Amino acid sequence: MKMIFWLCAAIMIIVITFMGAYIVFGGLPFFGHTNIIDFLLGKKWNPTGEKFGIFPMLITSIYGTIGATIIGVIVGISTAIVLVEILPSKVTKVFSAAIDLLAGIPSVIYGFWGLTVIVPIIDKLWGGKGAGSSLLAAIFILSIMILPTIIRMTEVSLRAVPNEYKEGALGLGASKFQYIFKVQLGAAKSGIMAGIVLGIGRALGETMAVILVSGNAAIIPKSLVDPVRTLTANIAIEMGYASGVHQQALFATGMVLFILIMLINFLLTQFIRSAERRSGNASKI
Amino acid sequence: MNKIISIKDLSFYYGDFEALKHINLDVTKNEVLAFIGPSGCGKSTLLRILNRMSDLAESPRVKGTITFNEQDIFTMDTIELRKKVGMVFQKPNPFPMSIYDNIAYGPRMQGIKKKAELDEIVEDSLKKAAIWDEVKDKLRKNAISVSGGQQQRICIARSIAMRPEVLLMDEPTSALDPISTSKIEDLISELKKQYTIVIVTHNMQQAARISDRTAFFLLGELVEVDDTQTIFNLPKHKKTEDYITGRFG
Amino acid sequence: MQVKYKDKITFTVLICISLITIGMLLWILGYIFLKGFGNIDLVKLVPPIIATLYMVVIGLGIAAPIGIGAAIYLNEYAKGGRFVRGIRFATESLAAVPSILFGLFGMMFFLTSLKLGFSILSGALTISMMVLPTLVKTTEEALKTVPVSYREGSLALGASKFATISRVVLPNALPGILTGVVLGTGRIVGETAAIYLTAGTMYRLPASPLESGRTLSVHLYLLAKEGISFEEAYGTALILLLVILILNLFTYFIGSKLNKSRVK
Repeated sequence: MKMIFWLCAAIMIIVITFMGAYIVFGGLPFFGHTNIIDFLLGKKWNPTGEKFGIFPMLITSIYGTIGATIIGVIVGISTAIVLVEILPSKVTKVFSAAIDLLAGIPSVIYGFWGLTVIVPIIDKLWGGKGAGSSLLAAIFILSIMILPTIIRMTEVSLRAVPNEYKEGALGLGASKFQYIFKVQLGAAKSGIMAGIVLGIGRALGETMAVILVSGNAAIIPKSLVDPVRTLTANIAIEMGYASGVHQQALFATGMVLFILIMLINFLLTQFIRSAERRSGNASKI
Repeated sequence: MNKIISIKDLSFYYGDFEALKHINLDVTKNEVLAFIGPSGCGKSTLLRILNRMSDLAESPRVKGTITFNEQDIFTMDTIELRKKVGMVFQKPNPFPMSIYDNIAYGPRMQGIKKKAELDEIVEDSLKKAAIWDEVKDKLRKNAISVSGGQQQRICIARSIAMRPEVLLMDEPTSALDPISTSKIEDLISELKKQYTIVIVTHNMQQAARISDRTAFFLLGELVEVDDTQTIFNLPKHKKTEDYITGRFG
Repeated sequence: MQVKYKDKITFTVLICISLITIGMLLWILGYIFLKGFGNIDLVKLVPPIIATLYMVVIGLGIAAPIGIGAAIYLNEYAKGGRFVRGIRFATESLAAVPSILFGLFGMMFFLTSLKLGFSILSGALTISMMVLPTLVKTTEEALKTVPVSYREGSLALGASKFATISRVVLPNALPGILTGVVLGTGRIVGETAAIYLTAGTMYRLPASPLESGRTLSVHLYLLAKEGISFEEAYGTALILLLVILILNLFTYFIGSKLNKSRVK
C-alpha cells in the first residue's frame, strides 16, 4: 500500500517536471528564428509578417501586475486589519464568508462584469482608443481578484502575532493603532509579503478576465486608458489558430511566463520559510 | 516462576540520545509489575518497546534482546505481537465511533464478522473491564460521549477483546478523578487472574496498592526490581529509598 | 488628545477602505442577479451544464484519489528528506502555475502527443492536474486534525498501518477531505482558460467524454467575447454564480458539522 501512496505523491513531481519540460522544449526551437533579445525587447508583434516581439505584452503584464498589487495591497491589508482588530467576532464571520465568496467567484464572471460595467464607465469618463477597454480596466479587475488572497494571508499572519506584544505595547501607553502599525504589521511582515507575492502570481497569470476587459491590442500603452494585451492573453487568443513558428512563439511566450512564475514562487517559499521561523506556526500558513 | 517476557541487556536510543541503558528484567506470568521513577527515567519508553509502539518514534535504535514466550519480539511481526501484548494509554483514546464498534474494532480486523460472535465478545470484554452494567443500554452511543473514567475502561475492554496475554498500561489513571481511579485499580487486581500486567505509574501509593513487583528506574537505568513489599519497606539501594521517601525528584 | 484624534481618522479610513471590499462583492453579485434573473434560458444551457458535469466528475475522479493518496503519503508515511521536500516544492509550484500554462501543456500533451484531440477527456485530464495541489493541501490539513492517540490506539490493537488509516484516520478526516473536494469542484466549474484550450468550444450535447464540449464558464466567455448574446451571457453568469454560492454554503455546512462533532 505504501508504494501506491508513494506513487501518488511522486505524480506531483512528475506533473510539474513534465509540464516545465514540455513548455520549455516547445518554446526553445523558436529561438532559432528570433534571438532572445529581439523576442523580449522587440516592439512589434505581427505573426503574419513573422515579427515576434513580446515587449508590449511583457510591459503590459508588468504594469498591470504592479497596478493591481498596489491597489490590492492597500485595500487588502486595511481590510485584514479591520477584520482582525476592529470588528466584533460575529461580524467578522459574515465578513469572512463574503471574502471566501469573493475568492470563489470564477474569473470569467469578473471579466464579464468588468466588460459590462467597468469598461462603459471608463469609456464615459475618459474615453480612450479602446472605448473603455484598457489597462485601467484590467488593473481594476485584477486588483479585486487578488484581494481575497492578500486579505487571507494578512489575516492569518496578524492573528499569529503573540498577544504579549499587544499587551506590551498598550502597557507602554501606545494607542491601538500605534500598536497595529508599528508593532503588529512589522511582526507579521513575512506572512503579509507571502500574501502579496501570491497575489502578484495570480495577477500575472490571470487570463480570461483580462482578455474581456483590456482590448487586446499588442501595443505599448502610453496611457492608462489605452487598450493592451498581456502575455497570458497573447497565448490564449492566438493559440487556437497558430501553427509553425507562430505556435513556437506562443510557447516561448509561455516559457517566459513560466520562468517569471517560478521566480515568484521561489520568492514565495523564501517568505513563507521566514514566516514559519518567526512564528513557529507552519501549518496555518 | 513462569517467564512471559524476558529483557536482556537492552539499550534504546532516540537518535543519539540513549534513553535506556543495559536493562535486564523478566516479567512473570499473571503478575502485576509496576514501573516507577521520575519523569524522563525511561519507564514509559521501556513499556512502549514491549509491544514495539516505540517503532513510531523518530529514528529509534535498539540493542539487546527481548523475548515474548521465547520469541524475539524484534523479528516478530508487529501486528502479531500487538495482538498478544495490548496497550492502554495515559489519556483515554476511544475512537469516535459507538462503544460497540470500539470493542469490535480489533475482532473485526481479525476477520470476525458474525454478529452473534461479535456480540458475545463485546459483552464479555465489557464485563471483564467492569463497565458492562454502566454502558449496556448505550452500546450504540458514541464512545467519546461518556465520562473519562468510563472511556478508559472502554479502552481496557477494547484491548481485552483481542484476548491478549499481556496488558501494558501507561499511567492509565493519571488523567482520571479519584473515584474512577479506584475503579480501575480494582479492575487491575481482578484482571491479573487472567492477564499479565505491566503498569507505569507516577503514583507510588498506586504501585504499592496494586502491584506484585516493582521496578525502579532512574536516568535510563534499572536501579532495582523486587517484590513491591521489599521495595517500599526495605529497598537495597539508597537511590530507591530516596525516591520512595520523596527526598528525590 | 492628538493621538486620539489621529486614531479616529485612521479608524474611519480603514473602515471605509474595507467597505470597498464588501461593496465590490455586493456590486458584482447584485448586478449579475438583477441582470441575469429574467434571462435564464435553461434549455439552451443544457449542453454546457452536461459538459460541466462531465468535467467535474472525470476531473475529480482522476484528481481526488491521487491528491488524497499523496496527502496520505506525506502525512502518514513520509519521514522528511529530499523526496518530501521535492513533493512540497512541486505542489507549491503547481498551485502557482497560471491556468493558461496548464492549457498550453494540456494542448501539447493530451491533444497532440496522446492524440486525444479537443475533448472533454483532454480538458478533464488537464484540470485534474490543476486541482491536485488544493486536494493535497486540504487533505493534509484534515489528516493533521486526527489525534495521534487514535492512530496509537489502533496500532496497539494489532491493526496494520493501512487498516489504521482506512478505518480510523480517513473516516475522521472525511469532512476536511470533503471540503477539499468541494473546493476542487468550484475550481473546475469556474475554470476557463485551461479548458478552452483543451476541451474546445463545441456547443452540443456531448455524447461521450471523447467529444469536444463547452462548459458553463467557457460558454459565458464566448458569449461575452464574441458578443453573441449578452442576455444569454447574463443568464449563464447567474447560473454559474448560483453554483458557486451553493458550493460555498456546502463548505460552511461541512465546517459547522465538523465543529459540532469536535466539541468534546
